[in-house]
Amino acid sequence: MKRHNQGTYEYLRHHKKFPHVWCAGCGIGIVMGSILRSVEKLELNQDDVAIISGIGCTGRMPVYMDFNTMHTTHGRALAFATGLKMARPDMEVIVVMGDGDALAIGGNHFIHAARRNINITAIVVNNNIYGMTGGQSSPTTPLDSISATAPYGHIEQPFPICELAMAAGASFVARSTVYHVTQLDKFIERAVSKKGFAVVEAVSYCHTTFGRANNMRSPIAMMRKLKEDSITLQAAAKMENPPQNKIVRGVFLDVDKPEFTELYDRVIAKANGSPLPRKRKVRRGWI
Amino acid sequence: MTSEPQLIQGNRACALGALAAGCRFFAGYPITPSTEIAEIMSRELPKLGGKFIQMEDEIASIAAVIGASVGGLKAMTATSGPGFSLMQENIGYAIVTEIPCVIVNVMRTGPSTGLPTSPSQGDVMQARWGTHGDHPVIAFAPATVREAFDLTVEAFNWAEKLRTPVFVLMDEVVGHMRERVELPDPASVQVVNREMPTVPPEWYEPFGNPPSDVPPLAPFGEGYRYHITGLLHDARGFPTSRLDEVQPWIERIFRKIDRRRDLFPKADRDGIKDARVLVVAYGSTARSARQAIKMARARYGRKVGLLRLRTLWPFPEEEVARAAEHVQRVVVAEMNLGQIALEVERVVGRERVLRVGRADGVIVTPDQILDAIRAQEPPSLRRGRSRRSRE
Repeated sequence: MKRHNQGTYEYLRHHKKFPHVWCAGCGIGIVMGSILRSVEKLELNQDDVAIISGIGCTGRMPVYMDFNTMHTTHGRALAFATGLKMARPDMEVIVVMGDGDALAIGGNHFIHAARRNINITAIVVNNNIYGMTGGQSSPTTPLDSISATAPYGHIEQPFPICELAMAAGASFVARSTVYHVTQLDKFIERAVSKKGFAVVEAVSYCHTTFGRANNMRSPIAMMRKLKEDSITLQAAAKMENPPQNKIVRGVFLDVDKPEFTELYDRVIAKANGSPLPRKRKVRRGWI
Repeated sequence: MTSEPQLIQGNRACALGALAAGCRFFAGYPITPSTEIAEIMSRELPKLGGKFIQMEDEIASIAAVIGASVGGLKAMTATSGPGFSLMQENIGYAIVTEIPCVIVNVMRTGPSTGLPTSPSQGDVMQARWGTHGDHPVIAFAPATVREAFDLTVEAFNWAEKLRTPVFVLMDEVVGHMRERVELPDPASVQVVNREMPTVPPEWYEPFGNPPSDVPPLAPFGEGYRYHITGLLHDARGFPTSRLDEVQPWIERIFRKIDRRRDLFPKADRDGIKDARVLVVAYGSTARSARQAIKMARARYGRKVGLLRLRTLWPFPEEEVARAAEHVQRVVVAEMNLGQIALEVERVVGRERVLRVGRADGVIVTPDQILDAIRAQEPPSLRRGRSRRSRE
């Protein structure tokens, strides 16, 4: 008889040394579990799944997962994933990134992957800080908070990840938190099965760096804050004046539009069938 | 068996060579003077069922190339100086993760934006040391349109054989010049493919240490699930910092290339046997050098030899040492202010080397090289000779 969450256990790399690198109380493990449960629920073949990450605490996730895994350079995971997906459009390509990896150094690749609507699932674990390197500001660090590189208080506004993804062209955009695991599971499952660029912002926290610098030392306190400070999209929609400082959880966008690898298949067909457009004549002559 | 003669430019020959070698993925970004390669690949790849994508920048381009190679496709990008600089981090990634790919750099005058439409050979040392950390590299330098085809094929074959990125260092002259060539029929081109594992997935060591020093490479999605990381790693691909795992890995990464240094494309030798002066050159500068030695022999009866390097890295120490053995002077001519010259000086001794270089966007002329060749003569013999070369 299949155990509950048997997949979660089966899909871990057992010949990889555990315990993992994350701090006790970190939310990244919850996101990892969520992804494993999605793979199980969707009955995906392990050989068909690729997990690609960037650099940071979230970047350390793929090594623990028994799929085709790749830990790449800072901010570039989506670009590596684009190449893999084009070579193997039949594979399920899931990219996990932290907020800094995806939106600072990786910002350009994030918006272009969304613009192409390439069939990749991008899970951004947003803990509002650069945790791995000791707590420096990230593009989502809240205004006025203290960080290792903002000792007098952060003076920058955070990126709205979901709005950014939508504006750039993603076809599925959702947000939940590591407290709301059931909802997170559902959203990740939907994102993975979505044909197109699917973004899930998984709001988490870093008690070790951000929490410690901002008077929230315990992971439980920060987890509780995720519960208290968030509202559902539906609830916010019903309110006259929805509170501005809450984490809004929900699916913001789920549309169908042309997907990149399918469009390229049409290019291949065109190159082999219909007559090509007249060769472009340039000043320097025929190429 | 060759196809019909055609008049094509070096960039086109490079693209055709890639396709003949089995390249089925190109990701790139437009940059003069390499753009034609991207444009031609965008047109030709889909005809062969291959994939082309113009990425948002060069960093993404090389990343996509690596990702596609992991997915099982032979993959390439092409760029010039500024793009090459951007790619360095991910090139290091490909070296550490041992993923085959080809990077073409059609060199233009730098540094920075430089002279976008002028040639140079200024990225030779960058190709060697551009990415951080200690690592070996392989780089070839075509000097003709036909060689742009042939050495691109070689680049793919060595990339696959040794699981490493390989550079094709053209310069703007070779990239844009047109020559009459008769390219081989793609079907007759010898192609090497990466070695697949022969053991079951549970036993597969993607970064193991077989006798060849090159572990087999299973593409993703074929039943071999493993981890690839830029962190230093063990035979399975898992991060490690243990000395007994890191040290052998470093040695193997160097050894896999170093032990085969005699197998890379050999230099072209011309008139070296009885030479008193040796000219060392590569790429388009070698074409000027060939003219210079012709002039030196015909006009001045000088015994000059030319060693035209085709492999720049690993630096062909043996070939250079052997060619320079009995000569009085070695003239190193390049479109930079002394990069391969540093290697030649190291191998044959600084006192024997005379550099001819420029980094101003103009090719090194035959006269410049001729002057350097003749500068070796004792002053008495120069009396009464032609005064043409006064530059």
